[in-house]
Amino acid sequence: QGKFTLLRDTRTDGSFLVHHFLSFYLRAGCKVCFVALLQSFSHYNIVAQKLGVSLTAAKERGQLVFLEGLKSCLDLVFGEEEEQPGQPSPLQFLSESTSDLKALFDFVRTSLTPNGSDSWKGPVLLVDDLSVLLSVGAAPVAVLDFIHYCRAAVCSQLKGNIVVLVHSNEDSEDEENELVVNSLCHHSDLILWVEGLATGFCKDVHGQIKIIKRVSLQLTAEPDLIQIYQYKIQDKNVTFFARGLSAAVL
Amino acid sequence: LVFTEEDTYGLYSNLLFKYFLAEGVVCGHDLFVASAKEHPDNILKELPAPLLDDTYRNELGEEGTAVKSEDFQDSMKIAWRYQNLPKMEASPTSSTKFGHYYDISKRMSPELFQSIKRHSFYLHEESSLEPKMKACNMNSAYARLLQSIQRIIYQEGFDGSDPQKKQKTILRIGIQSLGSLLWGDDICSSDTPEDIHSLTKFLYVLRGLLRKSLSACIITVPAHLIQNKAIMERVTNLSDMVVGLESFIGSERETNPLYKDYHGLVHVHQIPRLNSLICDVSDTKDLAFRLKRKLFTIE
Repeated sequence: QGKFTLLRDTRTDGSFLVHHFLSFYLRAGCKVCFVALLQSFSHYNIVAQKLGVSLTAAKERGQLVFLEGLKSCLDLVFGEEEEQPGQPSPLQFLSESTSDLKALFDFVRTSLTPNGSDSWKGPVLLVDDLSVLLSVGAAPVAVLDFIHYCRAAVCSQLKGNIVVLVHSNEDSEDEENELVVNSLCHHSDLILWVEGLATGFCKDVHGQIKIIKRVSLQLTAEPDLIQIYQYKIQDKNVTFFARGLSAAVL
Repeated sequence: LVFTEEDTYGLYSNLLFKYFLAEGVVCGHDLFVASAKEHPDNILKELPAPLLDDTYRNELGEEGTAVKSEDFQDSMKIAWRYQNLPKMEASPTSSTKFGHYYDISKRMSPELFQSIKRHSFYLHEESSLEPKMKACNMNSAYARLLQSIQRIIYQEGFDGSDPQKKQKTILRIGIQSLGSLLWGDDICSSDTPEDIHSLTKFLYVLRGLLRKSLSACIITVPAHLIQNKAIMERVTNLSDMVVGLESFIGSERETNPLYKDYHGLVHVHQIPRLNSLICDVSDTKDLAFRLKRKLFTIE
């Protein structure tokens, strides 16, 4: 509880981890606020069903609060006149008026603050993916502030967890993104770093995952614990195995 | 959202662009063509003519051609159970017919266009009134284009908002040379562009429009002119499919004997991973293209 997990992908698509955490936390009975910036609700719903969870049902019983970024953006850009003052769009920063992500944070906090009748276990914030915020004009500092406020509210106050996906390329020239990613790495309790194989695409091994437990943050003079596995993604499942031991080789 | 990085002179990416639109005509889809360079009507006049079933097999030349089982005239007497199976193909890929084939030495005849609804956006003929939407600090040409696309999607019922207009077809959107100077964007002409976010904001809103409607879009961008590579990284993340064309014209590869039969390389940077954990990766990663008199092939 109270943990910040960073999902990071390089040279490949780490979204399978997002699907995993989404269905994992819903099955565990947690209240989930999912900030989905890049894909539609139905995309996640279809995959979640293969993993045994219905997002529609979770939404209806109030367990899942789903922010469909693309839709919110359209509502903001093409919508009718000003929203009522008490209800700004979570993506308010897209319009010219503000440059901070306060509206987005308020949305997250409101979604996860328990009301009297809730009986969910622990709140969870899931973000897919943070790098998009930079692409649409948010400053790196604003993004880091947003995460900081979320940590304070969700991890510290509400004893919940946060899982965030970011992209990073090797030799990336996107300095703003690298800044955000590096900063988040320093403050994460757990980093799941998914990378495409250096040798190129392979049918049986889709990539490698580095699991970094940030033990060093606990100030006990122990180094971080690093484990590396390879993986293969299938239609309803992902299999993990030790390096060099994929089923195709054995 | 299909994103194509143009080759240096835009020759081949233009061809791919026209193929996309031609396929739309043959399938009966509606078209939306946007350009700041050529008038969309001119682009549509230059679409390649589709090859009908008999002619296309001749065009494929000495490569193994697939004989469809319906054309198999001789009947088998003893092995009659096998009669309905397709013959073995020498080149298996030519038998999986996905889409149509075209003869680029001929123009598509205007009759094929008759029933197609065509919408166009030619920047220089659009009114320069400020768009009604919240421009979000975006380049005004992009904002106007978004407004135009949104209007067509809404009016023609592609977003399902009007139950009366049950749309039975899809909208194919083609946007040419986005990001170039002609669109009023300086990312292709300056090391330190004034506004690095316009293109990516445009793509984000466009992605939203595509997701909520029955439409598909191809965009070509002169990526080789964009100095700031961070922009290309961000554009890639915002697109579903990214393909780059590299032509050999004027490069040292032109004289490389390995490439003597080809005109350029195809780089598939990203393929869509939608509604599924897995994506449809092909076994072949090294692709090259060649432009013959009548056919553009990727091998």
